[in-house]
Amino acid sequence: MNVVPQPSFLMVDWWALGAVIALTVGCLALLVLEFLPAGERSSRGGVISLLTLGVSAYAVLRVAQDRRSLFDGMFVHDGMTVFFTVLFCAIGILSVLMSWDYVKRTRINQAEYYALLLSSVLGMVIMAASNDLITIFLGLELMSLSLYVMVGFRRTRLESNEAALKYFLLGAFASGFLLYGIALLYGATGTTDLGRMGAFLADSPVLSNPLLLVGGLLVLAGFAFKVAAVPFHMWTPDAYEGAPTSVTGFMSAGAKAAGFAALLRFGLKAMGPLEDQWAPLLSVIAALTMTVGNVTALLQQNLKRMLAYSSIAHAGYILVAIVAGGTTGAGAAVFYLAVYSFMNLGAFAILTMMGQGRDERVLVSDLHGLGFRRPLLGVAMTVFMISLGGIPPTAGFMGKIQVFGAAIEAGLIPLVIIGVLNSVISVFYYLRVTVAMYMREPEGEPTAISQGLPALLCVVITLVLTVWLGIQAQPLWVEAQRSVLSLL
Amino acid sequence: MVPILFLGFAGLLIATALMVVLHKNPVTSALFLVLAFVSLAGIYLLLHAEFLGMVQILVYAGAIMVLFLFVIMYLNLQHDVERGLAIAVRRGIGWALGALLLLAGGTLLSRGWALGPVQPPVADPAGGNAAAIGQTLYSKYLFPFEITSILLLVAMVGAIVIAKGHSAAPPDSKEGA
Repeated sequence: MNVVPQPSFLMVDWWALGAVIALTVGCLALLVLEFLPAGERSSRGGVISLLTLGVSAYAVLRVAQDRRSLFDGMFVHDGMTVFFTVLFCAIGILSVLMSWDYVKRTRINQAEYYALLLSSVLGMVIMAASNDLITIFLGLELMSLSLYVMVGFRRTRLESNEAALKYFLLGAFASGFLLYGIALLYGATGTTDLGRMGAFLADSPVLSNPLLLVGGLLVLAGFAFKVAAVPFHMWTPDAYEGAPTSVTGFMSAGAKAAGFAALLRFGLKAMGPLEDQWAPLLSVIAALTMTVGNVTALLQQNLKRMLAYSSIAHAGYILVAIVAGGTTGAGAAVFYLAVYSFMNLGAFAILTMMGQGRDERVLVSDLHGLGFRRPLLGVAMTVFMISLGGIPPTAGFMGKIQVFGAAIEAGLIPLVIIGVLNSVISVFYYLRVTVAMYMREPEGEPTAISQGLPALLCVVITLVLTVWLGIQAQPLWVEAQRSVLSLL
Repeated sequence: MVPILFLGFAGLLIATALMVVLHKNPVTSALFLVLAFVSLAGIYLLLHAEFLGMVQILVYAGAIMVLFLFVIMYLNLQHDVERGLAIAVRRGIGWALGALLLLAGGTLLSRGWALGPVQPPVADPAGGNAAAIGQTLYSKYLFPFEITSILLLVAMVGAIVIAKGHSAAPPDSKEGA
């Protein structure tokens, strides 16, 4: 009988694993606490979630400068892990704030809602911190399973059921593709470790090997589904529209950032030696994603659908940055993800306030006259919209500058032209929201606003971040560039 | 002996997998799938992966297929043939894409494919590979193992959330059932 080697941890390793441990404990605590019934208006779930997310971010930031590789290199603690873990915790905190009153007024089961939110954040953290295809896949499944259920949380609504079913079925297919691709890549390279895979491919670039080719394409398809890139974007509008608004906000920011984090690690670390081969393919996907997203968004009357297509378009911009590659390109992608998360969560936080009771009012016409009735919400929505459109002096503008700057540096002039043209198109539908708020009078009763303090706080935080990052982008930009250093 | 057994199991696997797709009655398809799983388990046994072969039969052919059959019978799929122009067009597109995929797969496979440097560790013949799998699972693959346990817990919670009856909240008349 041989002895099983026990993993041994230093103190710094425990802190590096702190986010994973805290999120697990928080999720379990929420479920166990259900034995002590809480009132319908109780805020217990929200408070515990905020605490958990705060502790997770603290644990990782405490050892932010250390570099560790745990569990035989499956879990790495590097700049990228720190950046994305903090980003996911921020997304989680903002989502909890915007859900605070929304889940109460729509009578969603709070304990399960927050527990699934925490487990979803846990999946995202694992995806970003994984250096092995096995754990990337498990993290992705953990995130997705939680999201499938969260999308279908309003079981009395037909749209919510439809959205959950569509998302689940298509997501299961995408997971299947991804897993099959991982198996083939393992066959072709003999490892699932990203670093070793990259080293193997650098020694012998065996592109003619069908196993590698098919495996790589399948993995790419799986990731493209998660980040909603054309032609794997079909689920996005329906899932976004049918999901509870707070869940839509959470998944549009979190799931996208997690998908791109894993794609960045996979693309640059494992497939880095083959970059010349996959870059053209990814640029075609990027161009298609930007164009289809923006053009289709022009036709939408429902704000959630519009933001769904807009999120597809933004995935296209981020893909441009990944194609550009290098520290600048990857840094721009990471920077853009952070910026996009904040401005998008802000817009969704305002949408969660529209309507009363179980109502959900998310048509463009529901915003008529909002700008004068609620000046703060009007101004905030306007800022988020011009930021999403990429107009200075907002964070969205700085994001686009970095992305297109990196692309020009890499000589991708056609992609930049397509991207800029798309940005111009996008301004039209983003500004339509502002026009609706300030220049149209509501027909009949104006939309009721359920204004809660936490959601308002979420709007204020995202508003400040959006404006501040538009003026002072340098600190975050430096952090973003530093975070990707370990990949190259 | 082994090559003959392999050819037998592989042939059975391909034949039953084809029947799963081609047969019109879903229950019969599901039963063919059971046979396909058993043939695959046979191939695992030939590869000296006894544990995997047993798990394949216990979990897939046993537990999962029972669920499959349960759901198929529960849904009560009566009409076996769908008609109409839209279906015909879709079926045509499906055939075209399938042919394309077959062509692409054939071209790729004919280009000569190579396995990477996979060196499967040979299990200790006394302990069998169940012991080896257990040791690897709790040492090298400890982290994925723990994530899987959380994953299963979340799946369970999710299923309960979706399936449990209406709680204290009264059904809202404005939103359809």
